[in-house]
Amino acid sequence: MNVGAWRAMMLIVHRDLCLSFRRPEQVLQPLVFFLIVTTLFPLGLSVQLSLLRDMAPGVLWVAALLSSLLSLDSLFKNDADDGTLEQLALSGQSLATIVIAKTVAHWLVSGAALVLVSPVVAIGLAIPVSAFATMLLGLTLGTLTLSWLGAIGAGLTVGLRRGNVLLSLIVLPLAMPLLIFGAGATDRAISGASAVGALYFLASLCVFTTTLAPFAAAAALRIALD
Amino acid sequence: MWTWFYRLASPPHVYRVAAMLIPWFLTGAAIAIGYGAIAGLVFAPPDYQQGDAFRIIYVHAPSGWISMFAYSTMAVAGAIGLIWRIKMGHAVAAAVAPIGASFTLLALVTGSLWGRPMWGTYWAWDPRLTSELILLFLYAGVMSLRPAFEDASRGDRAAALLAIVGVVNVPIIHYSVLWWNSLHQGATVAKLGKPSMPPSMLVPLLSMLLGFMCFFGAVLCMRLRGEVLNRERQASWIREAIRS
Repeated sequence: MNVGAWRAMMLIVHRDLCLSFRRPEQVLQPLVFFLIVTTLFPLGLSVQLSLLRDMAPGVLWVAALLSSLLSLDSLFKNDADDGTLEQLALSGQSLATIVIAKTVAHWLVSGAALVLVSPVVAIGLAIPVSAFATMLLGLTLGTLTLSWLGAIGAGLTVGLRRGNVLLSLIVLPLAMPLLIFGAGATDRAISGASAVGALYFLASLCVFTTTLAPFAAAAALRIALD
Repeated sequence: MWTWFYRLASPPHVYRVAAMLIPWFLTGAAIAIGYGAIAGLVFAPPDYQQGDAFRIIYVHAPSGWISMFAYSTMAVAGAIGLIWRIKMGHAVAAAVAPIGASFTLLALVTGSLWGRPMWGTYWAWDPRLTSELILLFLYAGVMSLRPAFEDASRGDRAAALLAIVGVVNVPIIHYSVLWWNSLHQGATVAKLGKPSMPPSMLVPLLSMLLGFMCFFGAVLCMRLRGEVLNRERQASWIREAIRS
């Protein structure tokens, strides 16, 4: 049966979302980790509200990066272990199409979910409501970019038995620009300045990775598969 | 005409050529670094602002250049190995990674020693410094990805791909002093038009750069020979090469 690329992507996204919702703990655990890490900082530091507000963007973004890393490992791994990935690769669809679909599905249950939870964390970190729009937009772009970068890392480490630490080692340096501009945008929004410049930068990084990362991740998977 | 190029894909040939190049590179390095060090540390005039402290530039700037040059070499060699399936490309990429990482570390250390008297701090979270630090982390990633695979050729290809992905950082380092308001001084040498340095300071610096490049070439050839020996340890030509 010959299926168009778009339809194939929809099928994969649907399948991956189904699999995720059958095992909700895999979706929930990174989110709980995100909540716990952001709780640690106010406990470990002083609870002075002004200090907390200064720290908030960095804490929020670092926690978001770390919790996104937790779920990255499973992006291709489960499918590679049971042979699904090979079947997908043999399906006649380009590997990049499959990577796009799987990464989008992964982002919906990890990154997008994290964006939805972030206002709760933001209130806890004393981020003013006026900065929420910038923070949400920044996190949306940032987590999506991170998912693309993560797809490359996950593709490179998919054949390894203990690739989790290595995955962080590979992805985090690439994600540092995200942290700089993401936390920068939130920081400016908190102090009432215009965050447009940093948001544009995040958007450009997002477009850059969206267009190129699927091919890099597909090349990585091809190394693991052949 | 292109046969010399094709022959670079053959391990015994690379092993031999590398051995031939080493003394040339070492001589070049000794002369250029020797001249550059004496002219730069003794004869060059002190800087009107920084006094004698600026002289660390003769180590710092060449290391910074080599750190980026080595990364680009690694990415290009990896790409050659990945695209044309030339094993020697991967051997070069594997040989160059620790050298590049060492020069990156050297650039960071000399930079922070220079920063202490000039900026009043060893370290600042400034774009140039941060991107150079990211370069060190990228080297670390590539160097730890390669041996993680049990299948050596798979590790080679994975490391090559990661090196190619990370190459986006190199132009960011280079232009960081132009794009952002940086604490780090702007481009002094590689500027279109007139370099903002008198010849008495510039010539030793260029000589040091040449010397560092030669030293880099010599170490690369030595490491490449080791890499070839290790990778081809099953091959019959190794026995002859070692016996002779």
